Amino acid sequence: MTSTAAVSFDHVEKRYGQHSAVDGVVLDIAEGEFFGLLGPNGAGKTTLISMLAGLTRPTSGRVLVQGHDVQLDAAAARRLLGVVPQELVFDPFFTVRQVLRIQSGYFGFRRNEAWIDELLHNLGLTVQADKNMRALSGGMKRRVMVAQALVHRPQVIVLDEPTAGVDVELRQSLWEFIARLNAEGHTVLLTTHYLEEAEALCKRIAVIKSGKVVALDRTEALLQRFAASVLYFRLVKGKLPDGLGVEQGGRVALPVRGAEDVEHQLAALRQAGCEIDELELRRADLEDVFLELIGAFR
Amino acid sequence: MTGLHTLLQKELLRFLKVGFQTVAAPVVTALLYLLIFSHAFTAHMQVYGHVPYTAFLIPGLMMMSVLQNAFANTSSSLIQSKITGNLVFVLLSPLKPWELFVAYVGASVLRGLIVGAGVLLVTAWFVPLSFVYPLWILVFAVLGASMLGALGLIAGIWAEKFDQMAAFQNFIITPATFLSGVFYSVHTLPGFWKVASHLNPFFYLIDGFRYGFFGAGDVSPWISLIAALLGNLLCGGIAMMMLMRGTKLRN
Repeated sequence: MTSTAAVSFDHVEKRYGQHSAVDGVVLDIAEGEFFGLLGPNGAGKTTLISMLAGLTRPTSGRVLVQGHDVQLDAAAARRLLGVVPQELVFDPFFTVRQVLRIQSGYFGFRRNEAWIDELLHNLGLTVQADKNMRALSGGMKRRVMVAQALVHRPQVIVLDEPTAGVDVELRQSLWEFIARLNAEGHTVLLTTHYLEEAEALCKRIAVIKSGKVVALDRTEALLQRFAASVLYFRLVKGKLPDGLGVEQGGRVALPVRGAEDVEHQLAALRQAGCEIDELELRRADLEDVFLELIGAFR
Repeated sequence: MTGLHTLLQKELLRFLKVGFQTVAAPVVTALLYLLIFSHAFTAHMQVYGHVPYTAFLIPGLMMMSVLQNAFANTSSSLIQSKITGNLVFVLLSPLKPWELFVAYVGASVLRGLIVGAGVLLVTAWFVPLSFVYPLWILVFAVLGASMLGALGLIAGIWAEKFDQMAAFQNFIITPATFLSGVFYSVHTLPGFWKVASHLNPFFYLIDGFRYGFFGAGDVSPWISLIAALLGNLLCGGIAMMMLMRGTKLRN
């Protein structure tokens, strides 16, 4: 742990009775990083984000934002954080602009109109500015939540599954905007199910499984370290040997580590009495790494 | 201070935007009580020897409305934003527990006072009303509203469903306000009920408030003041503790 890290999880643990939702996570995110947090459902991503946001208390360990403990120095930590919660929530009493003014006020900004206008513009909300929150579609409400998290120009931007159930157009414009903020020096922490998003945006990735960090590396290194390629085929006859490959939409994906491994794997299939068809060899992407890490392969 | 001010303003806007429900409705309800009860009893009784029943009833109805609406404001705001989930935007802000307390309870006090003033406005022309000690009137109105505002905060934080909130409202707040001497002087009650009334903290709020109008009450206004301060200390203390610990808000 270094005091200059934008976000620091220092042996963080969260227990609910016997169950450990987060189990001794040690993780530093440097200032200016675009960091991805991946993991299957229930891995502990949202619990980790909630502890960072001060919405959940760690059972042990501590979470720091630019050196400020989110529990002991909560106000300072929260000023540095802009969190977009995963669940779609809104205040039905107010218009978009009122909501953003109120959120600015909470952070001590009385006159924030110029920045609010910029946020509205960049998130494609200018036309909706004076509409009541109730009148907005789900995707529009999600955009307002992103704007709410950014009203106080936080140093660290945390997005918990921000594009879940959101239209392609928003995803595109949202990522352009977030990438711009990142280029301006803001640290971004992203959790997502869309692995291609993480692959395209995040410079470094942590994969968590059952509350533990199972991989932490630069995105390219992760891609190289695990399966270099994936063999795709259709199973015509026979049954896959246990633990070999994984079925994905009628096809089988089998990670391979080079030409020799391809021969080896095909021999194993032959030996098991499998007949295969529509063979294809593809370079591994993050999804393959992810599946391998969380134990779907082997 | 901007954060506190913003939350207070938001809480005020929240109930003023639905003013028919939050201000006009309780004023009309109080007016109906006045019409019915004054029609039934005015000919038969005077209170404290010289106060006509209708005049006696008005401060009681005012205070009842102040208390119920102060409670309703914090409790409904909290439970609504908890259930819809938008409380998260407040919880993510750097607002400190005391700032949340002052903003939520402050809005409750203002709603209580606005409704109380509304009740006075529509009932005062029924009968000449005296204002012997205006300062007592104001002190008890504010202390009553802040105590119930804090109690509403506790209930709003504690309740997880609208059903639990309705239970709190219907089985605690409404009986306690109705049985606190709004409609009668507790001196006229038989022994057990008289003792029970003296154990009801709302009784002191109403009796002290009424003392400000007529210069007479069932107990000394100083005793009522002590009771009101203790009630505020207790409810405010519990609410502050819940906010500081994050009880049911930050798990």
